[in-house]
Amino acid sequence: MRPLLSVRDLQTNLLKPASFSLSAGECIVIRGPSGGGKTLLLRAIADLDPNEGEVRLDGRDRATMSGPEWRRLVGYLPAEPGWWADTVGEHFTDWTAALAVARELGFPTDATDWPIARLSTGERLRLALVRTLMVGPKVLLLDEPTASLDPASARAVETLIAAGVRAGLAVLWVTHDVQQAERVAVRRLVVSGGQVQEELSECPAISS
Amino acid sequence: MSSYIELSYWHLAATSVFVFIDAALSVLFGLRVHRSLLFAAIRMVVQLALVGVVLTTLFSVISPLWTGLAALVMVLFAGHEAAQRQERRLSGWWSYGLGTGCMMMSSVVATVFALLIALQPNPWYDPRYAIPLLGMILGNCMTGVGLGLNTLTTSLVSRRPGVEAQLMLGASRQVATAPVTRDALRSALMPVINSMAATGVVSLPGMMTGQILGGVPPVEAVKYQILVMFLIAGGTGLGAVTAVLGGVYRLTDARHRLRLDRLSAPKAS
Repeated sequence: MRPLLSVRDLQTNLLKPASFSLSAGECIVIRGPSGGGKTLLLRAIADLDPNEGEVRLDGRDRATMSGPEWRRLVGYLPAEPGWWADTVGEHFTDWTAALAVARELGFPTDATDWPIARLSTGERLRLALVRTLMVGPKVLLLDEPTASLDPASARAVETLIAAGVRAGLAVLWVTHDVQQAERVAVRRLVVSGGQVQEELSECPAISS
Repeated sequence: MSSYIELSYWHLAATSVFVFIDAALSVLFGLRVHRSLLFAAIRMVVQLALVGVVLTTLFSVISPLWTGLAALVMVLFAGHEAAQRQERRLSGWWSYGLGTGCMMMSSVVATVFALLIALQPNPWYDPRYAIPLLGMILGNCMTGVGLGLNTLTTSLVSRRPGVEAQLMLGASRQVATAPVTRDALRSALMPVINSMAATGVVSLPGMMTGQILGGVPPVEAVKYQILVMFLIAGGTGLGAVTAVLGGVYRLTDARHRLRLDRLSAPKAS
């Protein structure tokens, strides 16, 4: 099967050349020490920092697309999402459409009027996830999306992502939570000291 | 000649007593500004005396070359001042070049417009008109460009998460930086708007007062002042818009990334 996202020799001034690929409907967990380069890797894939190397989506070279076009297909959710207006609704082009997803994460209809300044960290993370999903990406880059969520909310997020993965979404998921890593993914990447390596499981399968 | 009272050097020296009073107050209250106060006063006297000599020479030769050269020196100084006022500077030549280039373009456009269309001196580059006009436009343009660029760079740094959030969702760099760009332009234009609104009520502009003291009828002086205000508004607007848009262009790239790595570290203050 041809991979959906293929990364070859992706590097920045801090990140050593990284190569891996991700299929449609697959979730890979990324782990590694803080400051090891996990966020840098996601930012480089989303083309938010200057980088070199070849990244392809569905066989199409990233260099043939504009930055905005690429980022609509490869959605990145940072650990601390940013906001540019005062209320929740102003960050969505179509709140009515977004509501279907927002409800699953526990937001009521009138959340559109909520001021951003009063949102908790967890609410911000979940709303930013909704915002990212509404763009309709084929690949999702998640940077600790459940780090500051209570267990119930974290479950809701996992369920939502899992539904997306079943529908063909490819996900790179940064997490420190070992149990979560086991729940959501089979393959793992370890990023440490700017080096990206695939972590082999204890009893590697010989067949391929 | 017109009916103005010539100042004697003795009278000037007598008035400088006010500066010494300020200095004495500084010593009395331990403000520790007397040194810089006196130094600034001396600097002002020396600079203005030199300008007096330079202008006398310029006015007597009426040469396009020397007028142009004087204008260039003024623009370069203004560019240096505007760059000095930046908390965070653009890296490399952009720091000095962007502001200076935009100020040169906008203040020259406004000055030449005034000379060719409104005042029409003969010859049009007569330094007696060109140099004071350029000076007034440039002074205000410098404030506008300096404020605009400073607001742009500091808010791009402080509002980086919001700008990048829009980029992550597939917005173009123009859309993602629009809120910051608007703020930068607003702060660049605010001093001009305020000074136009307050002129005549709160403040009597120096140029107009100067003309009246020089014996020009008030209505004529007012007409000149209005002309100058329009030119200042135009020059500042044009300079600020080009400088801020140039700054946005430099601090983003063709892949629509935010490039704050092209800013220097904040100035220690």
